[in-house]
Amino acid sequence: MFKESNLRKPLILGHKTYGDITNDIVNPIMGAAPKQWKIAITIAFIVALYGVGCIFYVVGVGIGSWGLNKTVGWAWDITNFVWWVGIGHAGTLISAVLLLFRQRWRMAINRSAEAMTIFAVIMAAVFPLLHMGRIWCAYWTLPLPNTLGSLWPNFNSALMWDVFAISTYFSVSLVFWYIGLIPDFASIRDKMTNHPMRKFYSILSFGWSGRAKHWTRFEEVSLVLAGIATPLVFSVHSIVSMDFATSIVPGWHTTIFPPYFVSGAVFSGFAMVQTLLLIMRKVMKLEAYINLRHIEYMNIVIIVTGSIVGVAYLTELFISWYSGVEYESYAFINRFSGPLAWSYWCMMTCNVISPQLFWFKKLRTSLSFTFFMSIIVNIGMWFERFVIIVTSIHRDYIPGAWGEFKATSIDIGLFIGTIGIFFTLFLLFSRYFPVLALNELKTILKTSGESYKKEGSH
Amino acid sequence: MANKVFHVMYDDDQKLMDAAKSLVSQGIRVKEVFSPFPIHGLDPVIGIKRTRLAICSFMYACTGTALSILGTWYFMVSDWNWNIGGKPNFTWIENAPAFVPVMFEFSVFCGAHGMAITYLLRNGTLPGMPASNPDPRTTDDKFVMEITTDDNHLSASDLEAKIRATDVYELNIKDY
Repeated sequence: MFKESNLRKPLILGHKTYGDITNDIVNPIMGAAPKQWKIAITIAFIVALYGVGCIFYVVGVGIGSWGLNKTVGWAWDITNFVWWVGIGHAGTLISAVLLLFRQRWRMAINRSAEAMTIFAVIMAAVFPLLHMGRIWCAYWTLPLPNTLGSLWPNFNSALMWDVFAISTYFSVSLVFWYIGLIPDFASIRDKMTNHPMRKFYSILSFGWSGRAKHWTRFEEVSLVLAGIATPLVFSVHSIVSMDFATSIVPGWHTTIFPPYFVSGAVFSGFAMVQTLLLIMRKVMKLEAYINLRHIEYMNIVIIVTGSIVGVAYLTELFISWYSGVEYESYAFINRFSGPLAWSYWCMMTCNVISPQLFWFKKLRTSLSFTFFMSIIVNIGMWFERFVIIVTSIHRDYIPGAWGEFKATSIDIGLFIGTIGIFFTLFLLFSRYFPVLALNELKTILKTSGESYKKEGSH
Repeated sequence: MANKVFHVMYDDDQKLMDAAKSLVSQGIRVKEVFSPFPIHGLDPVIGIKRTRLAICSFMYACTGTALSILGTWYFMVSDWNWNIGGKPNFTWIENAPAFVPVMFEFSVFCGAHGMAITYLLRNGTLPGMPASNPDPRTTDDKFVMEITTDDNHLSASDLEAKIRATDVYELNIKDY
C-alpha cells in the first residue's frame, strides 16, 4: 500500500470513515436544496436567459449586431472563445496531468474541475458557431459528402484544425468525466433505496456493481484516458493559438504562441477552479475535503503559470524590437501606448504583477485573498485575449484603414449571458451530481486522512 | 444438495484482502469481489488477469491515424487538389506537416472513444442495465466476497467454517 509521510498535512480532515465520505456527498443530494443554492441558481438562470435571448437575436439578425467593422473583424467573439477554452484546460490538467504525476490532492477537486471544463467548452463553442453567421450551416466544417461539387473543408487551415481539436477535446473530456461518475452514481443509487430519484440514478449508473474486474478495467481506462488527454490538452490550446500564429498579422505571427497560450489557459483555468470551489466548499460544506492544502497547491500552480505568462509577454515585447521589423515593433508599441493601452496595462497588472503576491504564504493560504485574486486573474486573462486580438488588428498597414472597436450591448449580453449559462449548468451539477470523486477519495483515506495519519504517527 | 453461494461481507478493505489471501492459500476459489473502490493488490490474489484495454486503445488510435491519413489524402489531394496561395496539393507528403494536427486529434478521438465503448461493453455497464451487486452497501463502505460451493471441492459446512475463521462482518448464504 502507498505510504504518505506524516510530515505532509492530511488531505481529508476530521475523523472520516468510508461511510462518512459517501454520506457527506450523497446526503446533500437527497436533502432539500440549500437557500444559497436557490438564490444563486435564480440569478444565474436570469442571466442565462438574457444570454439565450442574445444568442437568438444574433442568429436572427446576424453578426452585424456586434461591434465588428472592416478593420476589426475579430473581437469579443474570439476573445470569449479563447477565454472559455482556456478556462476549460484546468479541468483536464487536474484530472489527467495530475493523475499521471500521481498527485493525490487532485482527487477532491477533479470532478468539479472536469465539469467546469465541459461547461466551459460548451460556452466556448457558442462563439465560433455564431460567428459563422449561418449557424445552421455549421456542419459544413465537417468533411461530409455533399452535393456542392467536390467541396471539402481545407485541412491546411488552422481554423479547420480547431474544429477537430475542440470537438475531440469536448467529447473526450465528457467521456473521461462520465466514466469516473458511473461508480459514484451507483453509490447514490444504492443509498436512495426508497427515494423517487432512485430510478434516475439507476439509469445514470449503467448498472455498475463494483466487481473486482470492473475496477481493474476502470483504473486502466482512467490511466490510458489520462495519458491521451494530456497531449490532447496541450494540443488544443496550441491549435487555438495557431488560429493567430499561422496568420501574417504583426502581433499574431509569433512562434511563442503555443506554449504561451497553454500556460495562460492553465493559469486562467485554475483561477476559475478557485472561484468555483471556494464558493462550493462553503455552500456544500466540503471544507474537510477541499481544504487549505488544496487551495495552496492551486495557488502555487497559478504563480508558476502566471510567471510563465509574464515571461512570454516580455519575450514577445523584446522580440518585436529585436526582429527589426517595423510593423512588428509598431504592433507592440501600439499595444502599450496606443488607444487601447489601458487594456494592455490592465492585463499586465492582473496577470503578471498581482499573482506575484502569492509568493507570501500568508496570502496564498488566505481564502478571501485567493477568491479576490481568482477574479482578478480571470479579468486579466480575458484582457490578454482582447489585447492580442483587437490591438493587433485595429491599426492595419494603411493608416487610412485604422479603426476602433466598440462593443455593442449584444456583444456584452452574449459574454455575460454565457457566464450565466455556465453558472446555471455548474450549479445544477453541484446539486444533482456527486461533486467529489467518492471512489477515488476512499482510496486515499487511509494514507491521507487525518485520523489515519495520527494513528500512524504513534 | 443445492449449490450454495456465500456473500461474505467485510467492513474494511484490508480485512477482505487478508481474508482473500488466507482463503486462497487454503485452495478456496474466490469467485467475485464487490467493493466501493478499487482494492490495490487484490487482482493477483483472486486470479484476475491484467486487462487488455490499453492495447485496444492503441489499436483504435492506429485506426484513427490511418483513417485521417486516408481522409486528408482523399479530400486534399485525390478528389480535388486544393490550390492555396499558389501552392497546390499535388502530393500528400508535401502537405503532411499541415495535416499533423488533424491526424493527432483524430487518433486521440478514436483511441479514447473506442476504448471507452469497449470498456462499457465488456463490463456490461450500459444505460438501463440493472445493478448486480448483492448488497447496496457494497457501493458505500462494505466489501463483499462471493464464494460458491460450485467452484470449490469443499462441502458447504466446511467452506462456511473456513470463511467464518476470517474477520467476517456479515455472512449471507443462499441456495442457487
